[in-house]
Amino acid sequence: MNARADILDRIRSALRDAPAVPEVPRDYRRASELGEEELIELLTDRLLDYKANVFVEEAAAVPQRLAVLLEGTGRYAVPHGLDQALFAEADAHDAGSGRRVTDGPGHRLSVDELDGIDAVVTGSAVAVAETGTIILDAGPDQGRRVISLVPDRHICIVSAGDITAILPEALRRLDGTRPQTWISGPSATSDIELERVEGVHGPRTLDVVIVRG
Amino acid sequence: MSGTFLGMPSLPVFGIGNLHEHEPFPKAARRELGNPQLRANLGHATRTIRDKRLAVVSELPDWEELREAGRAIKESVMARLPELLEEFEANFTARGGTIHWARDAGEANRIVAALIRDQGATEVVKVKSMATQEIGLNEYLEEQGIAAFETDLAELIVQLDHDKPSHILVPAIHKNRSQVRDIFLREMEGVDPELTNEPARLAAAARAHLRRKFLSAKVAVSGANFALADSGTLAVVESEGNGRMCLTLPETLITVMGVEKLLPGWEDLEVFMQLLPRSSTGERMNPYTSLWTGVTADDGPQNVHLVLLDNGRSAALADEMGRSALHCIRCSACMNVCPVYERTGGHAYGSTYPGPIGAILSPLLTGITAEENNSLPYASSLCGACYDACPVKINIPDILVHLRGEDVDSKRDKRGKRGRERLPSQMDLGMKAASWALSSGKNLGLVEKALPLGRLAAGPDRKITKLPGIAAGWTQSRDIPAPPGQTFRQWWDKEHQAPAAGPGAGAAPAAGTEAPGPKENP
Repeated sequence: MNARADILDRIRSALRDAPAVPEVPRDYRRASELGEEELIELLTDRLLDYKANVFVEEAAAVPQRLAVLLEGTGRYAVPHGLDQALFAEADAHDAGSGRRVTDGPGHRLSVDELDGIDAVVTGSAVAVAETGTIILDAGPDQGRRVISLVPDRHICIVSAGDITAILPEALRRLDGTRPQTWISGPSATSDIELERVEGVHGPRTLDVVIVRG
Repeated sequence: MSGTFLGMPSLPVFGIGNLHEHEPFPKAARRELGNPQLRANLGHATRTIRDKRLAVVSELPDWEELREAGRAIKESVMARLPELLEEFEANFTARGGTIHWARDAGEANRIVAALIRDQGATEVVKVKSMATQEIGLNEYLEEQGIAAFETDLAELIVQLDHDKPSHILVPAIHKNRSQVRDIFLREMEGVDPELTNEPARLAAAARAHLRRKFLSAKVAVSGANFALADSGTLAVVESEGNGRMCLTLPETLITVMGVEKLLPGWEDLEVFMQLLPRSSTGERMNPYTSLWTGVTADDGPQNVHLVLLDNGRSAALADEMGRSALHCIRCSACMNVCPVYERTGGHAYGSTYPGPIGAILSPLLTGITAEENNSLPYASSLCGACYDACPVKINIPDILVHLRGEDVDSKRDKRGKRGRERLPSQMDLGMKAASWALSSGKNLGLVEKALPLGRLAAGPDRKITKLPGIAAGWTQSRDIPAPPGQTFRQWWDKEHQAPAAGPGAGAAPAAGTEAPGPKENP
């Protein structure tokens, strides 16, 4: 018998007492009623706790914020689906867009290229205020998983309308079969004496720009 | 529905690999307790994590509802395991992944090595995984000429030190920061000789050490925290970004996962992703979680494999009393609250799975009679702290007691099998005697008449330090105080004698008629 048949047989035999399949009680919180300002406040509080940097901006002020954040940075990557108008201010400071490298179907950045890039700017799919989590699902404004991983600094744009209060609300807005990365702060470890320190293999700096709707 | 088994029931097939206690637990524990540095390190680390966990768990108003949902989901997964495995396999395969089934550790190791060889690779990067630790994959790959690089910081510390993990979440919990610095200075090529013991500096050293490995790796090996049957999705929960590196950069990804890790669907993930981070690192959410479903064109590994591992899980499932041990999501909360683990550390348990969950899971996977695993169910005071902390409500104390019973029964069976006339054991005789003594007050009164013998045995220091036969196990780690001079019955009888001795007899107590207590025992 092959291994598959063998294992399935063993498991069926182990269950010969036919244990009942219990009803799953779903009386944990599945919805919440926080307003936009409360959601922004809660998400900000949680992200700061993880030692991320948080900037809350009106939509019109985002290009200015990005220009300030990118000041003094070398080259930075952006996914092809991210609105290029967001970089108008940064480009004006640069006198051209020489520092910006776009990853898209026409031009895939190699791992080595990405390793030579200082920062990445992406959008996001949804966020969870209660846990300080931002979820990327490789949408066009977020790009391939690798681009938000290799550069040492991740500047992530979150629309206020994409913030949910609790995890069940966020997951209902997502397609589970898309490649996902859930990000809660910069990379960190608790492996030495169980004390948390930020900054290991993933981006060591996480800047979050929350855009009011 | 494929849930009904109609064939002949097969005997349970137990697991092999790094699942064994090689010496009786009390012996291993005694040795580990002799290391004061280890006890200081563990005391500090488990105290830190206990406080953090308590703070973030008490934040959630629906923690108990989440635990109950988690328990019910896992119970339904176990009851429906064959159909869910088939559903998962169909979805994972439809999305471009390849499934391999491994009956035991040896078969899993051979599959992984062959997949690596197919890529012409001689080294792999690894994400921390309990399943590959259990099957001894790194050791096997080394024999095959393949170098496996652990990339989780604590696993890296353990690997560089040629040591063994002692905790399922923080394998180097038994090392403090200065010991870690010394290991890095000694074993890490090209490390800054000025390296200090600051955790941030140590983490930076690990980043520099592994960076090239990540960027050039062709093959990665991972475990998985969850697998969703209705979509074929896999999930890895981590902190450092080493997981993302391994799951995203290499062309080939090989995941090894126990068959019990399945969840029915997407809706179930919301329960476990609230339970796991708070229970394990005491964070509201872990820094990174990666989800992938087979192959995604142009994004991540294009050659995706999953090895589904039995290695004794079906045997554990066959134990109706013990099967809920398979609900474990490897959070490590039970070891962090365990008074035994906190003092002995993880190495004393021998197996990949230490602490309270290890004390039940290891013997369930290997069978109670394997090596010294029958000593593990006794590595507990049955205080119940593990049950309270468990995010999926595994009743560890009940299963410990159940396995102690299995141990006693297995010893009885062994003697029977030798073909000789079965002699009653000391335990049998003791139990029989106790059952007679406790069956009536009269019998117990007779037994109590023997109390003065106990006082004699205690001697002048009034302590019994060594009992004979199997009772020696009891006095191995504690003394019994000398029994009192009289029993409660004797005292009662004297106190409540009919006042026939003459007037006033009840007013002035005669010598020796006060309530028995320590002070009047001469």
